[in-house]
Amino acid sequence: MTWLTRLIRTTAFKLSLLYLVVFTALSGFLLIYLSRTTNQLMAAQVVQTVDAEIRGLSDEYLRGGVRALVESMERRARQPDASLYLLMDFAGNPLVGNISRLPTVVLEETGSNVRRMRYTRSGAGEGEDSREALVRIFELRGGYRVLVGRDLGEQQRFATVFSDALQFWLISVILMAGATWFFVSQRVMKRIDGMAATSRTIMEGDLSRRLPIAGNGDEFDRLASNLNDMLDRIELLMQGMREVTDNIAHDLKTPLTRLRTRVETALRESGSEAHYREALEGALDESDGLLRIFDALLRIARVEAMSPEAGLDRVDLGALVEELADLYQPVLEDEGGTLTLVAEPGLAVMGNRELIAQGLVNLIENSLKYGRCDEETAPQLEIGARREGDRIAVFVRDHGPGIDSADLDRVSDRFVRLDKSRTKPGYGLGLSLVNAIAKLHGGQLRLADAAPGLRAELDLKPAPAAAAVVAQETNIEAERRKGS
Amino acid sequence: MRILIIEDDREAAAYLAKGLKEVGHLADLAQDGETGLEMALDGTYDVLIVDRMLPQRDGLSVIETLRRKNDQTPVLILSALGQVDDRVKGLKAGGDDYLPKPYAFTELLARVEALGRRPKAGGDVATTYKVGDLVLDRLSHTCRRGDKEITLQPREFRLLEYLMQHAGQVVTRTMLLENVWEYHFDPQTNVIDVHVSRLRGKIDKDFERPLLHTIRGAGYSIRDMAD
Repeated sequence: MTWLTRLIRTTAFKLSLLYLVVFTALSGFLLIYLSRTTNQLMAAQVVQTVDAEIRGLSDEYLRGGVRALVESMERRARQPDASLYLLMDFAGNPLVGNISRLPTVVLEETGSNVRRMRYTRSGAGEGEDSREALVRIFELRGGYRVLVGRDLGEQQRFATVFSDALQFWLISVILMAGATWFFVSQRVMKRIDGMAATSRTIMEGDLSRRLPIAGNGDEFDRLASNLNDMLDRIELLMQGMREVTDNIAHDLKTPLTRLRTRVETALRESGSEAHYREALEGALDESDGLLRIFDALLRIARVEAMSPEAGLDRVDLGALVEELADLYQPVLEDEGGTLTLVAEPGLAVMGNRELIAQGLVNLIENSLKYGRCDEETAPQLEIGARREGDRIAVFVRDHGPGIDSADLDRVSDRFVRLDKSRTKPGYGLGLSLVNAIAKLHGGQLRLADAAPGLRAELDLKPAPAAAAVVAQETNIEAERRKGS
Repeated sequence: MRILIIEDDREAAAYLAKGLKEVGHLADLAQDGETGLEMALDGTYDVLIVDRMLPQRDGLSVIETLRRKNDQTPVLILSALGQVDDRVKGLKAGGDDYLPKPYAFTELLARVEALGRRPKAGGDVATTYKVGDLVLDRLSHTCRRGDKEITLQPREFRLLEYLMQHAGQVVTRTMLLENVWEYHFDPQTNVIDVHVSRLRGKIDKDFERPLLHTIRGAGYSIRDMAD
């Protein structure tokens, strides 16, 4: 495709062409209408003038005979910008008037008809062309014939001005439209080509590139910024996926190797059935653990990829927290600890109950695992939900050793375990899932030192209050009633 | 019980059938959706085990067709997709239970047996459950064993109700979490065990014969061993 055909195929070109055609047609119509109407008006005026002169001349003739007529005609013919006059006898010889030559056929016809003819004014130079006029010829008693007419030069000049203007105007419109189209489409094509080039590099794998934004806030900027947001999201997902793959490669190798060694050792050592059985059970546990890691990773990836709008319900956080407290209370009591519930009533978010519950369960179980200084102290947990400004915080707090401030940022990354010895069960995926769940709900996971202990908090956006919605509807209702 | 397994993974299906036969069930196999649907419509099965992804006809479509033909045979859906929304889709299509792969055989068995012995839809649902001398009255929300009145918390009542509804069967921890607490995930801690042991403290303590049994590697079962 050549440069020109590409230019012609642009929307800018098609639009310019359409506007050009429509605009030209409309204004051409207007101009033609104006010029025709003006012409008609002027012609009517000529006829009126001619008729008035004829009436005047007839009167002269009736009152004073031929002599008076001749005098009047001579006087009138001498005036500046005079009409055309010609008086002829019955034989057709001109007696008086300001016309030197005119077609003979004209004189043979009399009557009320106004006719168009060419003539030459008397006194005109040799080279001067004949001119056009509207004339009327009438016959007097005694065989005299009188011709009265008006020159049409003025009207023709007017028509010429009009048609000149029309031509000039048409040419300039076409030129302007062409120029506009050229510059606009050039500019547009430049932007589009720029975007296309960038997208190609992005498609080739450089996900860090972004579409250029000119900064003037036009539609291309808006498009580019939307596409850039989309790219950000894609990059995030890709990065997440890459991380997952890296981590799977890295962290699953350990348990897989362990599994393999266990089976291999059992096969090599000859032993009793009980021995084999024990080895098999170990292998089963090991593979269950692996499956659980896979499951957790998939779950995180799935939650991260979920669209925030999908499947949201109104979740009563107070009730949910209470349910979870009810679920875990006995666990803590069995260990001699306490679980305190601090839930404000009437807190709701739009969300996925199952996922929020899972996030909180992860936080609670983390606190159960890590939230005490040593095995002897009884765990003390506090869970609750409360309003904080225009947000809702759902939190789990323990009285354990907490987390070093240096580790607070990375602890919710995948596979991060602060338990260096790795003696406690877990895979370092719990907080990653909580993080993903919080993000899905437009919030975030905040970890803070509660001195003593750790305070893990989901910061969530409240659902529009049911009462507020009702109030708004009542307002609308009232407005409508007032209006009607 | 007569069980139909519609599963295209030959090895997994054979393993499943073998396991079910070992505990005394009859198991038939279908390798694809079309055959499975035909067999399900022809035969009289107590439970269908349907894989979600099948050649020729998708598992959900098999279930939907069955339900349209007014076949109410209980269906357990097996799926590699274990997320919340997949479960909802499966149950909406007409499935009765949903088990994500990979699963432990004991878990599957417990669920299949629970489905197979479920009271038929439209049938009378018992208002009292009775196991040995333990009686649970669902209308008055009371529980007594022998002459002794037992006070239960609402959640304990739901727990016992579910166990007694499946008296004699094995009920797994995830089944309890799903049906009593309505959560569909796998807690890492022994939270269900703690609740069950509390319940056991109320109904079995001070009595000579225990009714609530722990089935090792599987879950719990409430039954009167003297039966």
